[in-house]
Amino acid sequence: MTTSADRTGSLGLVETRHTTLFTREDPLRLDGGELGPVEVAYETYGELNATHTNAVFICHALTGDAHAAGHHGDPSRPGWWDTIIGPGKPVDTNRFFVVSANLLGGCMGTTGPSSVNPETGRAYGLGFPLFTVNDLVNVHRALMRRFEIDRLLAVVGGSLGGMQALQWAVEHPDEVHSAAVICASSRLSPQNIAFSAVAREAIMRDPNFHGGDYAAHGVRPDAGLAVARMMAHITYLSEEGMRAKFGRRLQDRAEPRFGFDVDFQVESYLQYQGESFLRRFDANSYLYLTRVMDYFDPFADPTVYGPKLERLSTRFLVMSFDSDWRFDTAHSRELVRTLAAHRVPVTFREVSSPHGHDSFLLVVPEYHQTVGRFLDRMAAEAIQ
Amino acid sequence: MRPDLGVVAGMVEQGSRVLDLGCGDGALLEELIMRRGCSGQGVEVSTEAFDRCVSRGIPVVSANIDEGLPDFADDSFDVVVLSQTLQTTHRPALVLQEMMRVAATGIVSFPNFGHIGLRLELLMRGRMPASRLLPSSWFDTPNIHLCTIRDFEALAGGLGLHIVDRVLLDASGRHAGGWTSRRPNLLAAAAAYTLRRD
Repeated sequence: MTTSADRTGSLGLVETRHTTLFTREDPLRLDGGELGPVEVAYETYGELNATHTNAVFICHALTGDAHAAGHHGDPSRPGWWDTIIGPGKPVDTNRFFVVSANLLGGCMGTTGPSSVNPETGRAYGLGFPLFTVNDLVNVHRALMRRFEIDRLLAVVGGSLGGMQALQWAVEHPDEVHSAAVICASSRLSPQNIAFSAVAREAIMRDPNFHGGDYAAHGVRPDAGLAVARMMAHITYLSEEGMRAKFGRRLQDRAEPRFGFDVDFQVESYLQYQGESFLRRFDANSYLYLTRVMDYFDPFADPTVYGPKLERLSTRFLVMSFDSDWRFDTAHSRELVRTLAAHRVPVTFREVSSPHGHDSFLLVVPEYHQTVGRFLDRMAAEAIQ
Repeated sequence: MRPDLGVVAGMVEQGSRVLDLGCGDGALLEELIMRRGCSGQGVEVSTEAFDRCVSRGIPVVSANIDEGLPDFADDSFDVVVLSQTLQTTHRPALVLQEMMRVAATGIVSFPNFGHIGLRLELLMRGRMPASRLLPSSWFDTPNIHLCTIRDFEALAGGLGLHIVDRVLLDASGRHAGGWTSRRPNLLAAAAAYTLRRD
């Protein structure tokens, strides 16, 4: 896929592939029901080595997809984590076999609430079973079995992706040599849940929501979904970052209009984010996936997680950013504290960056250097 | 490995779970993990040293120990090491209390400011002393809370800590022989202690 002239930089053209995992007879057993078959959209970069020991799994965040790196025809529109994945980059596709898959419950090629229920011939809508981070991981694991990969060199993810990395390592330590958990949380705060609750309310109160059955009515709760995205987007940036990016500058004019139309650049930006989100995301997926995060609490019961942690040999890298207030450093430190208290050695660093929660998607040199060094070391330990 | 780190490594029981405060590039932890059956991790404030730990596979938390050890629960380690770091902290007493909260056993090493060479330098030249262990000038030294062996033992006693072992070191960081044990505060260039709380 990469030419020898392009040893660092972009993967170039890549494509999303699709596969079917599980069947109606042998379904995915969810924490909240059963599902089968399950379509999964995924991409791979780099080559799997002969011993199948160089695989790195990329877990995406709330609104991501399988297209993590490279491009689909337009080099100016790369995958969502092209900053860190590629030849010579920290997740080095010259050495690693990188897999990225759309989440269960998503809407970018993997079975979710907008998929057609084979039983009814109609979209699942809110009839889609409830699922957990554990279920997301179990679909990824099935995909790894398809590739005959028993043990990942690393599972890497930010935000909800970091939660999956954590869950995978805690529940299936034999399958994960190392886990990089970036601006994530092992337990959402009331404030986190509150933001998601308002986002869901915006969707569910949209007149076009129809109890989640909007597909049957030939409409979509676009107004609600756009508002949900706009509000969430505010929480992904920092105040400092917004000040630097927009200030109080006006959009396309010198004088304010003193009305309720979009006047400030920040309003225009949010409106664009909301509108463009509608083209790629499904409202029911947004409900399900935010709920998955709310309920995630792997360290709820010490009698359950304690013995699991005590037998962990997984290497952990935990990272946070000082301007992230969606999942601030306190979330990462709580994770570090829990792991260390159960004799799990952990590497942790808070990196300075003005870009808030979104920092993990951007080029922050210190952050990339640490991830790169960590994966280099993991490669030296585990690639055979 | 530096000789004084070798001495400290020898004071750590085989197979211990170790927290190394101010672990630098991870050399001591590497020795303990690779050759002495220990597990554990470091805490380091310098980002350059942090990155070197990551590269050699030594788990490390980037933190300033002057802010305490909030990432570590009570008694979550067998032993906490503070090697040639006490004198660089802003709040040495707090750091000692925190390390003895996280483990019942602590190992502390530091340069002895009561050493005769340093005393003479101040007496004869009237300049802030420097030595092999304390090479920096007064205005750019990281060593801001220097103490003597007597000072340290007084502080440990004041904090209710028991000294169960003391190793005296010469200027090269090796075991100091002969006369040193007769007048430790005058003749030892550095010391390493094993401390226990009640």
